[in-house]
Amino acid sequence: MSQKEVLRLEGIDFDYGSQQVLEDIHLHVEAGSFLGLVGPNGSGKSTMMKLILGLMKPDRGEVSLFGTPVQSFKDWSRIGYVSQKANSFNSGFPATVFEVVSMGLYGKIGLFRFITKKHRQKVREAVAQVGMSDYLNRSIGQLSGGQQQRVFIARALVSEPDLLILDEPTVGVDAQSVQNFYQLLKSLNQDNGITLILVTHDIGAMTDYVTDVACLNKCLHFHGGRQEFEDNQDTMMQRMYGTDVHVLDHNHDHDHHHHHHDHDDIKELQR
Amino acid sequence: MIDVFLQYDFLRYSFYTSVLIGFLAPIVGVFIVVRRMSLMADALSHITLTGIAFSLLLGRHFSLFAGANPVYMGMVFAVGGSILTENLRRTYRFYQEIAIPIILSSAVGIGVVFISLADGFTTDLFSYLFGSVSAVSEGDFQMVLLLTGAVSLLLLLFYKELFFLSFDEEQAVVSGLPKQWMHFLFIIITAVVIGLSMQIVGILLVSALMTLPVAAAMRLASSFKQMFIYSVLIGEVSVMSGLVAAFHLDTAPGGMIVVINILLLLIILGITSAGGTMQRRGRRGTA
Repeated sequence: MSQKEVLRLEGIDFDYGSQQVLEDIHLHVEAGSFLGLVGPNGSGKSTMMKLILGLMKPDRGEVSLFGTPVQSFKDWSRIGYVSQKANSFNSGFPATVFEVVSMGLYGKIGLFRFITKKHRQKVREAVAQVGMSDYLNRSIGQLSGGQQQRVFIARALVSEPDLLILDEPTVGVDAQSVQNFYQLLKSLNQDNGITLILVTHDIGAMTDYVTDVACLNKCLHFHGGRQEFEDNQDTMMQRMYGTDVHVLDHNHDHDHHHHHHDHDDIKELQR
Repeated sequence: MIDVFLQYDFLRYSFYTSVLIGFLAPIVGVFIVVRRMSLMADALSHITLTGIAFSLLLGRHFSLFAGANPVYMGMVFAVGGSILTENLRRTYRFYQEIAIPIILSSAVGIGVVFISLADGFTTDLFSYLFGSVSAVSEGDFQMVLLLTGAVSLLLLLFYKELFFLSFDEEQAVVSGLPKQWMHFLFIIITAVVIGLSMQIVGILLVSALMTLPVAAAMRLASSFKQMFIYSVLIGEVSVMSGLVAAFHLDTAPGGMIVVINILLLLIILGITSAGGTMQRRGRRGTA
């Protein structure tokens, strides 16, 4: 097993009752890569993240983080996680940006210990890293979706993780913020050397930024470099989604979702 | 007006106890509200009543229990009841909210049976229901002081864990925080604080003292720390003025405290919504 391996899934099966969600998944993620994990809704992406984070146990197979089986992995501060739910958290919760970001240190600080001056400095640095310093004492509920998402990234970054997992982080974020957001992720990957796993159903927007792509729909249909993915995109999509579904370029508005994908490079799956 | 309370021993201890619970109930209340457990607090206070009734009943038949403060039995029942509620939530996974009415009605039903068996409603029981100005002895007060210290210390020690778990449970678990232990600890703290508070405000109004100050603070606070400051301020003002008013008007203190608390809440709601409207207008004007 190489030192540079961050994540390994070996023969993972998982089902909810009678419904098979994941089937024989093998996936290796090397340190320094930026993996885009794509698949349609209900393809098992979020389930896979939950297995990686040890929130659920696979029916068969093994998950390893940094060479350690997930059930005995203890060093959780090496992993930052931004969940899909971060978008739909209770926005009335009375907490400032500073308070939310400092939560990212709590696991590392440990029980019976308090936050110190050094920790406060780290929180300020993480907030600066995502460009939110002006909002440090603002209540989290007063921020826009894109700003909130940056705050949650800062919370994941503050413990200085080696691996950052983001589950559909751009849902409900406007198109301009999405581009800036991906730019931020790219610089975290290239300048700070953080390994990234980005889970998304929005294939078009992320391919400019990632180094690797994995396609999931119950089985892993593809895993390789970005170039290889782009060269074979059409066959890949057909295999993953079936023949009655195809990828479209489009530019219509999603008023009912309160956000606008009003540029051409966003591709979405249409039935 | 407060001098009367410091003059007589029995009033003095009630007053000191009120100051302590005016601090403690809102502090625990902040966590109860943000964890969406407000109704749970109500259910727990009713189970406390069942425990008290049980203790009074035992006191009638066994001399061993005759001298014991029934509040402690109440606390034991509250902890047991909350564990039962958790189990019911798991049983009715898709209709979790049904757990609370089941526990609440069982608590009242069983409680009423115990009360009847213990020879019906006495003045004792009335003061457990609605609170009493003169229910606190020196020994009671010392216990309240001790438990206030213990609960405050625990909340301070586990502040960051409780805060993170309240804000985002899944993330907190991923960070390695011990969810089950924290939940259990918090349930015990809640049961203890309900038992302590009911001596002044009474069982039926305990949850008001834990939630109304927090509801008001929520309109004012922009940070989680401020929630505690505002909640305690509002809690203390309500408890102290309510107690004094209850003594002079000869009413049950629980009712008076809650009425003043509601008045404060209405004033704050009025001010903040008017302020909010002006702010919005101002913003629209500059835009």
